[in-house]
Amino acid sequence: MRRKVVTGNVAVAEAVKVSGVQVISAYPITPQTVIVERIAEMVERGEMKARYIRVESEHSALAAVYGASAGGARAFTATSSHGLLYMYEMLWWVAYSRLPIVMAVVTRAIGPPWNIHSDHHDALTARDSGWIIGFASSVQEAFDMTVQAFKIGEDPKVLLPVMVALEGFTLSHTAEPVDVPEEELVREWLPPREPLPFKIEPGKPFSVGNLGPDEVSMELRWLMWRAMERSRLVIRDVDIEYAKVFGLRSYGGLGEDFHAKNSDYVVVAMGAWSGDAKEAVERLRSEGYNVGLLRVRFFRPFPWEELREVSQNAKAVLAVDRAVSMGHRGVLGLEVSSALGGKVPVKNVIAGIGGVDVGPEDFYSIIKGFIEEYEYGSIEGWSRPEWYMPWMEVGGG
Amino acid sequence: MLREFLILSRGGQGGVTASRILASAAVLEGLWAQAIPEFGAERRGAIVKSYLRVSDGPIARHSNVRRPEGVAVFSSRILDLVDISKFAPEGSTVLVNAAEKPKIPGREVYYVNATSIAVGLGLVIAGWPLVNTAMSSAMARVFRIASLESVVSALSEYFKGELLKANIEAAKIAWDSVSG
Repeated sequence: MRRKVVTGNVAVAEAVKVSGVQVISAYPITPQTVIVERIAEMVERGEMKARYIRVESEHSALAAVYGASAGGARAFTATSSHGLLYMYEMLWWVAYSRLPIVMAVVTRAIGPPWNIHSDHHDALTARDSGWIIGFASSVQEAFDMTVQAFKIGEDPKVLLPVMVALEGFTLSHTAEPVDVPEEELVREWLPPREPLPFKIEPGKPFSVGNLGPDEVSMELRWLMWRAMERSRLVIRDVDIEYAKVFGLRSYGGLGEDFHAKNSDYVVVAMGAWSGDAKEAVERLRSEGYNVGLLRVRFFRPFPWEELREVSQNAKAVLAVDRAVSMGHRGVLGLEVSSALGGKVPVKNVIAGIGGVDVGPEDFYSIIKGFIEEYEYGSIEGWSRPEWYMPWMEVGGG
Repeated sequence: MLREFLILSRGGQGGVTASRILASAAVLEGLWAQAIPEFGAERRGAIVKSYLRVSDGPIARHSNVRRPEGVAVFSSRILDLVDISKFAPEGSTVLVNAAEKPKIPGREVYYVNATSIAVGLGLVIAGWPLVNTAMSSAMARVFRIASLESVVSALSEYFKGELLKANIEAAKIAWDSVSG
């Protein structure tokens, strides 16, 4: 084990290296990331025995790794914001073909106006596509989650692509200490990919994804649904196993429970700002408020069991969102409300859109405001989402 | 205990690298650290903010540093362009790259001539003196972040060969010459 001070970008590149990835494809222009630059350097220097395919667009980048993965290789790509939107069609092709590709998405706001900072809109557009979607909360977790993503996606019970989301700048450009396990140990734990569910090879022609009866389409979606459900167990097991094998921490599977269970008030958040929220929760607890936090580590499959479990005795739940579904609520807020099925009142706060900085003091005031509102009786089963914009005179729904 | 610092530099001066060098030096001493650059659509010459956190345990927060206990200003000209009192709270410590001690009321002020140290050692790229190593070392001392030995060890993660030697020299000179 080596402790290095590296950025999220470098940590993901290192994780790709130690995971024995064989094919990487990327479109090297804005909004691409340093992840693929570092990988290109490692391939060039011969430190990584991999094929690096430079293509002419993000759509082609995902198409190239689609082909590589269908040919049996362990394949990886990375993108961000508009790049992800440009490969949207291929996202579905990859998932529906059940190819366990891993893709890092450095989450950044979508324009206009042009904005290079982070919110969660880009990654969450993949919600329904069949990708497993994880959100890291530290540089260490970005590393760990990338290595784990191959193990999870390639598991014969799963066979789905995995997206590792890490926030632009907040994690991608932030340097933190990371414990990097020895490459040989990772290779032992993560042996070369079994080329499942199929392998396209020269001289062995067969047809994949051709036009068929409608019932076949539906059956395939049902099988995919079942695989996504099974992935819950695999994600939990891999988290525990990884921690044990490498002497690192277990994060709690699909969601991290930070004093949430048996608390009167449960806050739900996702990504690196969960750390800021934790500090606020700690401060409120020291002031006598019975509050905890559930950090959503995997947005798909969504940790509804974990959420219901930790909030079964809760008086109210607060979902703090960094993405909004226009015409309804925050995206995470929708998920939380739907998972709880009206059992507990849910408040939804939308904050940090376009990368607006949200720190522990902000979370303190958001969470304290939520508890006070509940205690005054002003949070009912369904309330309008609130936009947190302290620099404006008027906020609210 | 969590400690927070801010670097104000111009794009190209190496403020981001300085925060990373100091994070590495702190981690070498068994501490936890975080170096965050705040990029906008800046270009070479624009004012760039970099944040540094050091703690005796894992650092949970990832937001910007809002009330730093120490601020490093990589060019004394920056003091003419910004209202430093907005960045350095009352009672904080300010370290400036300057030939003579600047006057900043209500703050403890230190200075080091990092530009002359860099120029003297030939640490200049495209006309820009690379002041980041000298400033890192002076920051490590004034803000009590890490020892000179740790700063020097950390430098080997960022520089190689002759460049490393010159940067180590810059760190040593800055450590000895920073004054209040």
